[in-house]
Amino acid sequence: MKFGIIQFPGSNCDQDAYHALANVLGQPTRYVWHKDSTLGAVDCVVVPGGFSYGDYLRTGAIARFSPAMKAVAAHAHAGGLVIGICNGFQILCEAHLLPGALIRNKGLKFICEHVELRAASTNSPFTNACQPGQLLRIPIAHGEGCYFAEPSVIKQLQDEDRILVRYVNNPNGSVDNIAGVCNEGRNVFGLMPHPERASEAALGSEDGRLIFESLLRTHIHA
Amino acid sequence: MKAKIIVTPKKTVLDPQGKTVQHALESLGFKGVKEVRIGKFIEVELAGSNKAALKKKLDEACHKLLSNPVIEDYTFTLK
Repeated sequence: MKFGIIQFPGSNCDQDAYHALANVLGQPTRYVWHKDSTLGAVDCVVVPGGFSYGDYLRTGAIARFSPAMKAVAAHAHAGGLVIGICNGFQILCEAHLLPGALIRNKGLKFICEHVELRAASTNSPFTNACQPGQLLRIPIAHGEGCYFAEPSVIKQLQDEDRILVRYVNNPNGSVDNIAGVCNEGRNVFGLMPHPERASEAALGSEDGRLIFESLLRTHIHA
Repeated sequence: MKAKIIVTPKKTVLDPQGKTVQHALESLGFKGVKEVRIGKFIEVELAGSNKAALKKKLDEACHKLLSNPVIEDYTFTLK
């Protein structure tokens, strides 16, 4: 499965994602520079974590307008797979590829720690390798990870089974303990925790691999 | 012309920064502080003098970039 990782000025988890996908999972993986207006031959786009454009104005607000993001939107609208991690999630929300927004953590602090997630839905290309309700130990590292959307949107996400992962102990005030949601077509997924940082035993947890292994499984069956 | 834009978190959105500052004002002895909301102030210099046309442009800029309508409201003045 071919992965393309978008690099913005200020991305800092691009190489972690590359390592997890290319070295740990052995998949053909390449970087896509933010000024590139085409993605090349990729099956899944990774919008990585970091502080794109210095988080100026709002997290993800500027990255949304880069040429690469126009290509990502086209890829997503054509049904292509997209996963946004941390800042990548914020960017996908700003780009209206996912509903809602990520605001300042309730406790105002930047939180960097391993948290427990629950696989809230396994009906997606990103979580189908998980058992329903399975607990995943994956780190978070964010100051603006509090998921917000209007109650009507939250209800829609619940009704359509689009909340894929929830926090067991809500660290940031996210509505309905939401850690990650997918779009209506279930081909775009954003989450605040970092599965790429939990993909090998040496890093303290391998649970994040389940997210990427779900993608590989989806690809084989596609 | 100069536009002065104020962006604030929507009423329905949690503003922990505002809450914290409210508590600080109370600690300082300020009485009767009902609510504090913290937002952003943006100044934009614009070429042209057609106020109606500029307002329309500004509205679009605020809606598409300067604020995020999911979580924020905005107001502006143009002089």
